[in-house]
Amino acid sequence: MEMVITGRAYVMGDNIDTDQIIPAQFLSYNPSDPEERKYFGRYANSGVPDGQMGLPDGNIRFVPDNAFRSEYAIVIGGKNFGCGSSREHAPLALAEAGVRAVIAEFYARIFFRNSVNGGYLLPLESVERLVEVIQTGDELRIDLNAGVVENLTRKSTHKINPLGDVLPIVEAGGVFAYARQTGMIAAK
Amino acid sequence: MPGMTITEKILAKKSGRSHVRPGDNVWVNVDVLMTHDVCGPGTIGIFHEEFGKEAKVWDRDRVVVIPDHYIFTADGKCHRNVQILRDFVKAQGLKYYYDPDFITGEPGFPNPYKDPTKTSYKGVCHKALPEEGHVRPGEILLGTDSHTCTAGAFGQFATGVGNTDAAFTLGTGKTWLKVPATMKFKFHGEIPAYLTAKDLILAVIGQIGVDGATYRSMYFTGDGIGSLTLEDRMTLTNMAIEAGGKNGVCDVDDKTLAYVRNRSNVPTWDIVEEDANAEYHSTFEWDLSTMEPMVAKPHSPDNKDLARNCRHVKLDQAYLGSCTGGKITDMIFAANILKGQKVKIKTWVVPGSTEVHADMKRLNLRGVPKDSNEKSIEDVLADAGCDIAPSGCGACLGGPPDTMGRLNSPITCISSTNRNFPGRMGDKRAGVYLASPLTVAASALTGYVTDPREYVTHKIETGTAGVV
Repeated sequence: MEMVITGRAYVMGDNIDTDQIIPAQFLSYNPSDPEERKYFGRYANSGVPDGQMGLPDGNIRFVPDNAFRSEYAIVIGGKNFGCGSSREHAPLALAEAGVRAVIAEFYARIFFRNSVNGGYLLPLESVERLVEVIQTGDELRIDLNAGVVENLTRKSTHKINPLGDVLPIVEAGGVFAYARQTGMIAAK
Repeated sequence: MPGMTITEKILAKKSGRSHVRPGDNVWVNVDVLMTHDVCGPGTIGIFHEEFGKEAKVWDRDRVVVIPDHYIFTADGKCHRNVQILRDFVKAQGLKYYYDPDFITGEPGFPNPYKDPTKTSYKGVCHKALPEEGHVRPGEILLGTDSHTCTAGAFGQFATGVGNTDAAFTLGTGKTWLKVPATMKFKFHGEIPAYLTAKDLILAVIGQIGVDGATYRSMYFTGDGIGSLTLEDRMTLTNMAIEAGGKNGVCDVDDKTLAYVRNRSNVPTWDIVEEDANAEYHSTFEWDLSTMEPMVAKPHSPDNKDLARNCRHVKLDQAYLGSCTGGKITDMIFAANILKGQKVKIKTWVVPGSTEVHADMKRLNLRGVPKDSNEKSIEDVLADAGCDIAPSGCGACLGGPPDTMGRLNSPITCISSTNRNFPGRMGDKRAGVYLASPLTVAASALTGYVTDPREYVTHKIETGTAGVV
């Protein structure tokens, strides 16, 4: 598990549901097909209304036209990030686009669970609300040992909650790796 | 030791413990795992990657595969995904699979079933699961769909999971769950003629918010819930996820047992009741006689208002369908409003299952088999000018651009479905008002959001529709 993650921030609001993260029309791609899987990266966050795309200004595309990857490795969210549909395509799409961590006030449980069990990205909780504090494009450095995210652009530091119960699964890299480590299922 | 709620009791039993408390992490044995065409291919891919190419599912009688999402579309990838399910079902020897037999491999838009009683296709998984006998009190159901919580109406623990969790369960029959604290929602009185369970759940979500039950169980109880049909209880538990709930659950009563006895493909089940000293996170109480028809305005299921406050909102389309509002009782509610009149706006009717579609042809406005000289529910809806599409998830979740009823431009729609976040039904600039089937039908007649009390004159009987 990476203890330090650096990257630029893409800031989103409250109640970002999984239809916004990956609109339903793109779910006909099969994530188990490596060629088709890339398209989840292309369309990640494409369902967000234009004015809310990259706060505070909005109208900032998460992934440029015809690209598969985003220049933003860290997503900042508000309350209830990843609510709505249970589609695992949502954390998968963010990860395919290059996101390594989301920092939100709290998560909808299925998104959180999918992120952890599938080992796609780190769903981190901020202690304070960051949506109005961090701006899209800010350079961030997450230090999990210290439990903080540093905003290198604005010279500020914000606390992150410990991962808690799910830490062993996150450290293992997902629920399958965890179950193998603990002898629950046979080694590959 | 404090007593346990229904959810706690089920999780204790299925994890082999005498007692659990909210916050405990437990490994449970899963009774039934369901997947469909959107999440099945990804689940199957992870299953084989992790357990091996030759791996077999933990119990081939406990895996249920129900294609329902992207069926009526010309998108070849969607047809390919159905074929992935077929291949898996065949290779694994799965007992319960409901094939859209009209998808033949020919390119283009498939020819829908002609007769809903003569196809193996069932329509929306959450409706088909209890119809086909896969839902029983006291069991644990997982499904790769957030609305799997619908089945809690039958007194079981049912929740949605992702592909990885589903693949893990496919191979092991187990999953880990954190025991949720339970919120209790108690309804007093008898459901009035102008309300359905949709109004109740929109009131609940409007009060507690789309994150108001996050990580928690929602328990719906009281004589008000007892007065609802099983189908209407399914509308309540269906939308538990819209408040962030892990599951929604109702008490088991004679109505539950009548349904399950008639349908279950397993002869026994456990009726689980709350302990008298069960501890709840919080308790909310409502008197049904004081409640009014509700809507959730764009763009969130908790953006509540009274239907009568929105009479000025001009609509472009009405939509009646989905696991939430496409059941036979929903169709009877709507048809009784629409009978003998004409809709003023484009109005789509999408049956929640092929059984619902068959019942729309078979039953009259009172929910009993029609005489040869009576109109069927489908006749009434068609005479009113509704467009009737074949069963499936349809435009509830937008889907491929050629999906019937999809909002392909920034229009305003009133819908009996479950979710109205931006882009849910298609164009992210479109506005969706969520409402009961009564309110959707009344609004279709005026072209504006309309309180159904303008049309409802008497209690609408639904007979045994949707039960037998």
